Amino acid sequence: MKPAPFAYHRPGSVDEALALLAQHGGDAKPLAGGQSLIPAMNFRLARPAVLVDLNRLTTLAGIRGGADSLRIGAMTRQRAVERDATVARDAPLLAEALPHIAHPQIRTRGTVGGSLAHADPAAELPAVMVALGATFELHSPRGKRSVPAEEFYTGLFTTALAADELLVEIAIPPRTPRSGSAFLEVARRHGDYALAGVAAVLTLDDAGRCREARIALLSVGDGPVLAIKAAKAITGEKPTADAIQEAADAAASKDVDPPGDIHASAAYRRQLVGVLVRRALQRACERARNH
Amino acid sequence: MAPQPRLVGKRVLRNEDARLLTGRALFVDDVQLEGMLHVAFLRSEHAHARVKGIDVAAARRRPGVVAVYTAADLGDYWRPGPLLVPPPPIPGLEFHACTQVPLVKDKARHVGEPIAMVVAESRYVAEDALADITVEVEPLAAVVDLEAALERGAPLVHEQLKSNRAAHVVQKKGDYDAARAAAHKVITRHFLYDRGISAAIENRAVAARWDDRAEELTVWDTTQAPIPIRNGLAAMLGLLESQVRVIAPFVGGGFGPKIMMFYPEEVLIPWAAMRLGRPVKWTEDRQENFTATTQERGQVHDAELAVAKDGKILGVKDVFLHDSGAYDSYGLTVPINSQCTLLGPYDVPNYYSEFTAVFTNKTLVTPVRGAGRQHGVFVMERLLDFAARELGLDRLEIRRRNYLPSGAFPFNNQIIFQDSAPLVYDSGDYAPALEDAARMIGYEKFVREEQPRLRVAGRHVGVGVVSYIEGTGIGPYEGARVTIEPSGQVRVATGVGTQGQGHFTAFAQIVADVLDVPVEQVHVVTGDTREFHWGTGTFASRGAVVAGTACHAAAVAVRDKMFAVASRVLDQPVEKLELAGGRVTAKGATDGGIAYGALAARANPLRGAVKPGTEPGLEATAYYGPDRGSTASGVHAMIVEVDPETAMVEIQRYVVVHDCGKLINPMIVEGQIQGGVAHGIGNAFYEQLVYDDTGQLQNASFMDYLLPTAGDVPRVEIAHRETPSPLSPIGLKGVGEAGCIPTGAAFAQAVEDALADFGVEITEIPLSPDKLFDLLKKTRPKKRNVVVLEGSFVFAGPRSAVWDLLQDPAVLGTALPGAMRLERTGDGHYDGLMKVGIGPVTAAEFSVRVTLRDREPPARYGMIVEGKGSFGFTRGTAQVTLADHQNGTEMTYRAEVQVGGTIAGVGQRLLDSVARRMTKQGLESLNKALAARL
Repeated sequence: MKPAPFAYHRPGSVDEALALLAQHGGDAKPLAGGQSLIPAMNFRLARPAVLVDLNRLTTLAGIRGGADSLRIGAMTRQRAVERDATVARDAPLLAEALPHIAHPQIRTRGTVGGSLAHADPAAELPAVMVALGATFELHSPRGKRSVPAEEFYTGLFTTALAADELLVEIAIPPRTPRSGSAFLEVARRHGDYALAGVAAVLTLDDAGRCREARIALLSVGDGPVLAIKAAKAITGEKPTADAIQEAADAAASKDVDPPGDIHASAAYRRQLVGVLVRRALQRACERARNH
Repeated sequence: MAPQPRLVGKRVLRNEDARLLTGRALFVDDVQLEGMLHVAFLRSEHAHARVKGIDVAAARRRPGVVAVYTAADLGDYWRPGPLLVPPPPIPGLEFHACTQVPLVKDKARHVGEPIAMVVAESRYVAEDALADITVEVEPLAAVVDLEAALERGAPLVHEQLKSNRAAHVVQKKGDYDAARAAAHKVITRHFLYDRGISAAIENRAVAARWDDRAEELTVWDTTQAPIPIRNGLAAMLGLLESQVRVIAPFVGGGFGPKIMMFYPEEVLIPWAAMRLGRPVKWTEDRQENFTATTQERGQVHDAELAVAKDGKILGVKDVFLHDSGAYDSYGLTVPINSQCTLLGPYDVPNYYSEFTAVFTNKTLVTPVRGAGRQHGVFVMERLLDFAARELGLDRLEIRRRNYLPSGAFPFNNQIIFQDSAPLVYDSGDYAPALEDAARMIGYEKFVREEQPRLRVAGRHVGVGVVSYIEGTGIGPYEGARVTIEPSGQVRVATGVGTQGQGHFTAFAQIVADVLDVPVEQVHVVTGDTREFHWGTGTFASRGAVVAGTACHAAAVAVRDKMFAVASRVLDQPVEKLELAGGRVTAKGATDGGIAYGALAARANPLRGAVKPGTEPGLEATAYYGPDRGSTASGVHAMIVEVDPETAMVEIQRYVVVHDCGKLINPMIVEGQIQGGVAHGIGNAFYEQLVYDDTGQLQNASFMDYLLPTAGDVPRVEIAHRETPSPLSPIGLKGVGEAGCIPTGAAFAQAVEDALADFGVEITEIPLSPDKLFDLLKKTRPKKRNVVVLEGSFVFAGPRSAVWDLLQDPAVLGTALPGAMRLERTGDGHYDGLMKVGIGPVTAAEFSVRVTLRDREPPARYGMIVEGKGSFGFTRGTAQVTLADHQNGTEMTYRAEVQVGGTIAGVGQRLLDSVARRMTKQGLESLNKALAARL
């Protein structure tokens, strides 16, 4: 389990990194925390000819709170986000999801941007960002652009990132009043790839009806799955147990067509989606009422 | 004369831990020698395939590669391995020995079997060179399922045999049929117990150096049996046994597979070191470990229990199949353990047990911690649970009514155990252990109060309580040498290897008590044939019992010498001497006498004479060879909570009451039990090796093979009982395996209890949430070992046009994502090249072959797509039907996709999604091509 030969670059600036990516095109892989890439290289499944190590790009690490958005640098370690008071206050869904990612040792190396760009369908962070309506800042020698999280994910391990583009920052919009969120997943062991998971944000109106619901599912599709039918079922409704159950049923029966594998059949995953969406909406709703 | 034990029975901190915790302990991979070469093995990607040719020329040319060997290069050195454990003398026993080979010559019989060996300047280069080797294979149908393996016409693992039957054994006691006829009830069930790995933290490793001047071979090996390895290597290599030194240094876990010998690597690394004149090392990586290190646990049982109205056992019948894997070098130890351990602590007057061992195209089966015992316990304990339910008896009560009474020992079960001796329990006291465990877990209160209260609150909690016995401490023998050096320090050498059991402390405690010295003053050496070269190894929970008793005997002999020498020096009769404070003194004297070190110097004089009939020095060697094993026992109890909506299980409490006779060190025993329980919980709920129909292991990494972590295993609450073994002077019984033996049975009972409302019955271990979901839904689980794609697609064109299009290589090529070219090479045959990558998997070239068959234009055809590349291979078979549709032509398809090699082992999580995506892309490309043509 030794990797195939590769060339290694450790740029000192974002511009230098972008130039290297542009120079090597699809042959290069950016190395962030390395928690997925390095094992894949050791299995010789990933054989990038060139590694561009981003770990010296300290300007890409950091969390900045603000009135219009919470901004997280792509190279911020997951553990730093997990322990950040601003994140806990302004994006409690993110704070709640983080401990589910693997183990502390892995989160201490793993970065937010690395996980988001890797686009593993079982990953927690993409679903959280889709539920939060986050925006991703992408840079390349050709320029800069902002892409909403739900448009960033285009398929299995596939994103809107071009070969010369780097995800540099994530912007999370501020919480709206009377909103609540919840993250739940079922994994075989703590820290495993979830069999299914849900990130939900629910906002109530003054009458206590659901004004908006954003429900993103993980590990049940090619990437994060926005449960549109479930959200539609609950939006405009009083979030009673029946209404929540209806939304959960819609998520399980209409929003997903989950894959089966050795750990969970498609039918079992579908059942988990229903249970988790119901529990997450209940919890998000309680939190919205108290917010 | 013997002082009271001061240390045996005490929680003495471990002598070895300072070295281990500060990283100073030597492991095989730490061995770095000048000029050392490194090895990588090319291993079979196929479970069953004829090898028609191997081309290693390109690999030999790669810079940094020193040698590449195949079976042909080994010459006369190529020989099947020895039969390690000949079957015991059971009347009517049938056994066919087919042992493993160093490198595949004609046929690969399991995934991971080594085909070629690359020796290079670094492991990196060696692994690079593996990709340079081409092997021409003819894949054969694989033998995977135990029942199918025995059907007429099944493919044969070993063609020289007429079937895949490796062994057939019947053992009987009393008359089961008569017992059955007289029974009030007969409980009949079908049980499965599936495979797992041992998952030692340190994988296997072998390093070897040939010293041309000393004419000596030194081998460092992670083996549990260094002495037999030395003796075997000497014979194979034509050396004197004294020319071979095998060192099993610190080993990071054995659990049984490291007693297997000879692994191909153990045969090849020393040979290559001698041949090349340079040190050679190979360290197994985790990917190799999943298919190259032996495994265990695959058995299928059809069992029945005949009971009287009061729950008394009248008889048991058990007929089972045992998965031997591809070779049966380890004989019948595992299934005989299953057969013998089933009887448990119970009085079973009539027993009929029949097993058939089966060759399969899977990794070899040899003992793994528990070694077949848990299967027997699982079957028996489950049968008792079902019987209790049918008789309306409490689960504990049915056990109480059947325990052997404390006066029954020695108890002869009238069948033959794995060590060829009759299965006789030396001692035991079973019923009190059950009461202790019930009290500790709070059984009565739980069942009467907590469980009903929580059930009303919508929570599903359950308790499981089971019993077991374990045959431990079998022969043939071990030895030890104890020396008092002139410094006063005591040295103990024994032949067993050590893999973390605390031998350096337990043996030291025994010797320190006899010699009345502090435990830190006793220095234990194990696993180095230069230090001690008589013995067998560490297995069958026997290290402490057999080697420990030998240490005791050697220490007593040294003490006798001390008194003899001191008697002369101090001019006192022996019976008036005693050991006190590191000196031999006259009894009752507060000073005087002679210190041990000085005594050792006097015993080894530079002048004068050592008297005839005496020996110099304070040193003695002794051996201990028990006629038969000692029987440990215990009760496990656990409380679980199940979430029936998610099918997730949480173990809330775990209680063990354990009896391994006299305890040497309760702390070490508790460590063994805690670790064993973790292993058992893994087997019960997390770990399972998933093989598909082609013999591909589908979870060959820790990503998908789930070991329980510290977060999943509760802290085990342990109580000890001590029923000494009458067989040895200290009264020891073994403990190494006990923790994992009854765990599956306890887990099944507890989960069933928690889900009593659902009427779930658990007859299969390991359980998983996925299986529990199927049980809860009462759905018959589908075999999910191939990806099945089914669907339909409407092409915007007439049927004949679609048909023609589908035969056109240019168009067919577009349906294969990443196809670089595809050419028609015959009628219905197409060959080409495709480049596929996804996500983290870098795009790599696959050679691809498409075969169309059973063509009925323009209605239906079958298609086989085979791809082969550096990640492994894939084979898809599809049935395609075309029918007229209002919008053109509707294609209906059903495809099955199988993969082999690295992608099979680590890519299962994504296979379904990838296959679906590729199908979708392919069909859309076809539709585009069609639109362009029309």
